[in-house]
Amino acid sequence: MKYLYLVWSNLKRKKLRTILTLLSIMVAFMLFGYLGAIKQGFSQGIDVAGLDRLIVRHKVSIIQLLPEAYEARIEQIDGVEEAVHQTWFGGIYQKPSNFFAQMPVKPQEYLDMFPEFLLSDEEREAWLNTKSGAIAGRGIADRFGWKVGDRIPINATVWTRKGGERTWEFDLVGIYDGAEKGTDTSQFLFRYDFFHESRQFGEGQVGWYTVRIADPERAAEVAAAIDAEFANSPYETKAEPEGAFLQGFANQIGDVGFIMMSIIAAVFFTILLVAGNTMAYAVRERTNELAVLKAIGFTDRGVLGLVLGESFVLAALGGGTGLFLSWLLVSMGDPSGGALPVFYIPAGDMALGVVLILMMAFVAGILPALQAQRLQIADALRR
Amino acid sequence: MSEKNLVRVSNVDKVFKRGSEEVHVLGGLDLEIPEGEFLALMGPSGSGKSTLLNLIGGLDRPSQGTVEVGGDRIDQLSNRRLASWRARHVGLVFQFYNLMPVLTAQKNVELPLLLTHLSRSERRKRAAIALDIVGLSHRTGHYPGTLSGGEQQRVGIARAIVTDPTLLLCDEPTGDLDRKSGDEVLDLLQELNREQGKTIVMVTHDIHAAARASRTLYLNKGQLSTAPED
Repeated sequence: MKYLYLVWSNLKRKKLRTILTLLSIMVAFMLFGYLGAIKQGFSQGIDVAGLDRLIVRHKVSIIQLLPEAYEARIEQIDGVEEAVHQTWFGGIYQKPSNFFAQMPVKPQEYLDMFPEFLLSDEEREAWLNTKSGAIAGRGIADRFGWKVGDRIPINATVWTRKGGERTWEFDLVGIYDGAEKGTDTSQFLFRYDFFHESRQFGEGQVGWYTVRIADPERAAEVAAAIDAEFANSPYETKAEPEGAFLQGFANQIGDVGFIMMSIIAAVFFTILLVAGNTMAYAVRERTNELAVLKAIGFTDRGVLGLVLGESFVLAALGGGTGLFLSWLLVSMGDPSGGALPVFYIPAGDMALGVVLILMMAFVAGILPALQAQRLQIADALRR
Repeated sequence: MSEKNLVRVSNVDKVFKRGSEEVHVLGGLDLEIPEGEFLALMGPSGSGKSTLLNLIGGLDRPSQGTVEVGGDRIDQLSNRRLASWRARHVGLVFQFYNLMPVLTAQKNVELPLLLTHLSRSERRKRAAIALDIVGLSHRTGHYPGTLSGGEQQRVGIARAIVTDPTLLLCDEPTGDLDRKSGDEVLDLLQELNREQGKTIVMVTHDIHAAARASRTLYLNKGQLSTAPED
């Protein structure tokens, strides 16, 4: 600690250069944190996907429907505890850009299948007792300013009502919270029986199934058994773990993680050059002073430590501020106004950010530091 | 360090390589400096005065021969031990002061004390005493850029004496100063020699500066003599 003021004083030597370098590092880490949150949003809670849940969809595509009768047959398969179905509704609330998931489900079964959706007993009861009732996640409710008791009109793009009517009206009877940070709170769920009775077509057909299995270790075996059950039928299935399904869903718009990481890698490489250049100049300018430090008794390693210390302080200040600002920006809400089901910087990404700060400090500082370490006093004093 | 001769340089050669060429700066040089002496080293440019000073201060190593200071064969010490030895036994005063421009006078003087186990308050106290000795207790918070050349050199001397070293090595300490400031610096060095018993080796071109020393040696073509060569 007693050398910190020496390190700090050296960084203050060229204030403008230090500030510009700090800003570069700060922006890079701010971008890192912010893009990390967007990536997490696109991955739709893959990290919190249930290990004991499988998704069973049509073998061709998720937009192909499956028979409702499959539910009972799936539940007969060894290793399966329970199956519930969902269907993509794809309606529009007010304007097309207000994108969010709307799905008809069986309330009791669905809430049992997804215990991470936290709903009060009163709201659960109200949903079970209200055929036109719907519940919304906290995220989507906050996004549109909904409160319990509101009547929510959704304009159907696919599922018209009997008689050709496109507008479906739902009574909002509950708002659920997520048990974990990564739980999707952007869903709008309404009752399947209401949907089933009112829809114009598609009777007896649903979108896909979520299946709870008894033993997560047997996931592959059970998934294979489910697919085998419906093999060679008009509605063949593809069963897979929920995490893999969500990942595949996210990949439909491209490998977001890869794109984000490519951007971040390019930014970091550039910033590394900037920081390395700053440190190299900082040492070259002070050759004489470093020689004096050695002359008065600083060891070669001591001088190496001082230069590396400067690099670490620079990276820690810039990177730390960048990560903090990204956290601040992310906590203000996602840039789409709530379209992302989750939007937060995962703890793992924050830890990775800290590791990257340390790595950047080391890589940017090590060569100038070694140069300072190898400095011959008598030669350097003559310069 | 209680020997009569504090410094003993024996049969020292120093050869520099410039590309493929070898330059012999010192050849078979012998020198003994008794404890408490104020020695001036004079000689033409390139005669090897600063090289000899660097060898005595452990800033460089001889190509051949031995350098013994206070009983320590410093030419045999490892880099790390030599650095530690310099911190404990040598105070250096440079022609161009070589102060850290980003540190105040006080912090510049405290620098060598960072290598000790002294507490922050003790370091401050000792630096204040050193600055008081050189007559700059009123300039402690000033940065080198706001001090005159003479004042900067006195800060340099305070930095050199703050660890109470055995040996004070001064390389052209008045070379960058006007006559008045130079005299003040020489007064100070003389005082340190006479009142505190510091052994001082001073390289200089200035005959007036050399006159302040208790002995003057002349270096020419790598050899020492008591009289300048014609």
